[in-house]
Amino acid sequence: MNDRPRQVDRREFVREAVRSAGVIGVTGLAGFLIGRRGHADSTVWQIDPAKCIACGNCATHCVLDISAVKCVHVFAMCGYCQLCTGYFPPEPISLDSGAENQLCPTGAIRRMFVEEPYYEYTIDEELCIACGKCVKGCNAFGNGSLQLQVRHDRCVHCNECSIAVACPSQAFVRVPATSPYLLKHR
Amino acid sequence: MGMMRLARVLILAIFLAAGSAALGAERFPPPDFTEHKLPVTTVPPARAEWLNWLDVAFLAGALALASYLALGRRSRKGLFLLSIVSLAWLGFWRKGCVCPIGSIQNVTLALFDPSYTLPFTVVVFFTLPLLFAFFFGRTFCAAVCPLGAAQELVAIRPVRVARWLEHALGILPLVYLGIAVLFAGMGTAFLICQYDPFVALFRLSPSKMTIVGLCFLVIGLFVGRPYCRYLCPYGSLLGLASRVSKWHVRIPPEDCIKCRLCEDVCPYGAIREPTVPQPAAKRAQARRRLALMLALLPLLVISGILVGSRLATPLSYLHPKIRLAERVRLEETGQAVEPVDMTNAFRNTGRPVQEIYREALQLRERFGVAGGWLGGWIGLVLGVKLVHLSVRRRRSEYQPDTANCVSCGRCFWYCPSEQVRLGLIETLPVPTAPHQLHQPAASGTTPAVGSAAQDSSAIRA
Repeated sequence: MNDRPRQVDRREFVREAVRSAGVIGVTGLAGFLIGRRGHADSTVWQIDPAKCIACGNCATHCVLDISAVKCVHVFAMCGYCQLCTGYFPPEPISLDSGAENQLCPTGAIRRMFVEEPYYEYTIDEELCIACGKCVKGCNAFGNGSLQLQVRHDRCVHCNECSIAVACPSQAFVRVPATSPYLLKHR
Repeated sequence: MGMMRLARVLILAIFLAAGSAALGAERFPPPDFTEHKLPVTTVPPARAEWLNWLDVAFLAGALALASYLALGRRSRKGLFLLSIVSLAWLGFWRKGCVCPIGSIQNVTLALFDPSYTLPFTVVVFFTLPLLFAFFFGRTFCAAVCPLGAAQELVAIRPVRVARWLEHALGILPLVYLGIAVLFAGMGTAFLICQYDPFVALFRLSPSKMTIVGLCFLVIGLFVGRPYCRYLCPYGSLLGLASRVSKWHVRIPPEDCIKCRLCEDVCPYGAIREPTVPQPAAKRAQARRRLALMLALLPLLVISGILVGSRLATPLSYLHPKIRLAERVRLEETGQAVEPVDMTNAFRNTGRPVQEIYREALQLRERFGVAGGWLGGWIGLVLGVKLVHLSVRRRRSEYQPDTANCVSCGRCFWYCPSEQVRLGLIETLPVPTAPHQLHQPAASGTTPAVGSAAQDSSAIRA
């Protein structure tokens, strides 16, 4: 019975040693990771328009009910076409804003007359579901001024973006949080 | 109608001119408006940095408060209220994203891929709960983790899980940890996030995982904290740290009278009973068993490595690059006719097919090595578990199993010794013969809560 207290001490010693090693290990790991990180910005998800093929996965794979990806219009690139191939389906019945003449399934693009023969197209983000139909149309026959972008006021910044997982062209990239958009330009 | 025909001809001409360029080019020069002002493309900013710091401050504060409430104040009510606050903050407000459980993968990826930028907050979220566990036990699980809180709130009628099943299922978190680390390290997928059952509930957006989450909550009515106990990989890390914690929740504030009320009330099967001295013959048998298990341990590890390294092909199929290469090969060899989005996108890049094949083969080789590590890890976990089960420990009172106890504090109120501390009863009802209160476990079919209530009412009377 004499050796009992000694045994307790030994156990306590092992526990203490393991604990100290653990604490040093964990803080060391944290220090290493923070040190190596340097002064790099924290990053967020964004769609690289050069890789995006507007496949439509953005509309269906976001964890949010209505995708955080939206169609964004770079107005400076737009040709202000009367026959916008991002707005009208391939063979429109007439060039007006009738529902049957709109490519957008939710009617999220507003068409506004500016001056002959120019029309301005703006996106209503509340309605846009990021199906990419307009982007595809604009890229194929127009200037490509419509593009899909992650809207950071909506994005919940998942660790593992589920659209990025489903993206067939690996267009989802991490960009610095200080300049979180990859907008096209002329 | 003339205009329409013109438009069609125009489209056709553009289509022919455009060829395969899918990106669009400046086909129609943007007009120079004199009157009309071009609208500005809005760029709503990402989340402000100080809000991330606020999350870190909340985590540190909540951990400190939870540790104080569990170990210092011994207040179940306080822990319960704090877990509701955590559920609201980290769960519903932050939508379950920025959580220590998922941070395992970020840290792994950062270790394997130096080009990956790890946010500072993620480092803190990974390390702080672990450091607290080294000193105070799993107080993070008690009242800070939103996943734990969601399950804690629904653990209404927990049944006791058989000890053998508890031990068997208890291996799963460590295995899951190994698998998650493998896929995160290989840059394949963040499985923990993808299969997090509660995040879909926090976001209130229906998905496949919502159903899984609801199932976990329903199971959680009867089996306390099913995700924490049988899946959570971070919980298993915290359990390892908590095993050697400096301080840990004690069930009786002073002396244990071995009344066993606490054991009945623990919904997580995390209370260990005092041991009784074993006869010499049984001890010798246990020693032989331990020797056998120690001999088995290296065998398990080696066979794990052998099996794991053969899993390169099935493991690698989760990697998008392997899937792409496989699909490209099918199309090249004519086994698949229809190109899919993935291969279309690849062909648009104009890269040679051989290049993607080569990359895929290299990746698959790395998956073989990683699979060996994973197999070895699973063998090690199994072996250590068997050794652990064969080691006999001496306990003189009812103690929380430090690895599995989440410091929820449910047992406090049922401890007569605690009732004395709270001044609800004056003295401990120490019976003349201690075995009167220490009933064998086989007869413990009476509902625990009822008997505890009867006991304390009898004491008050």
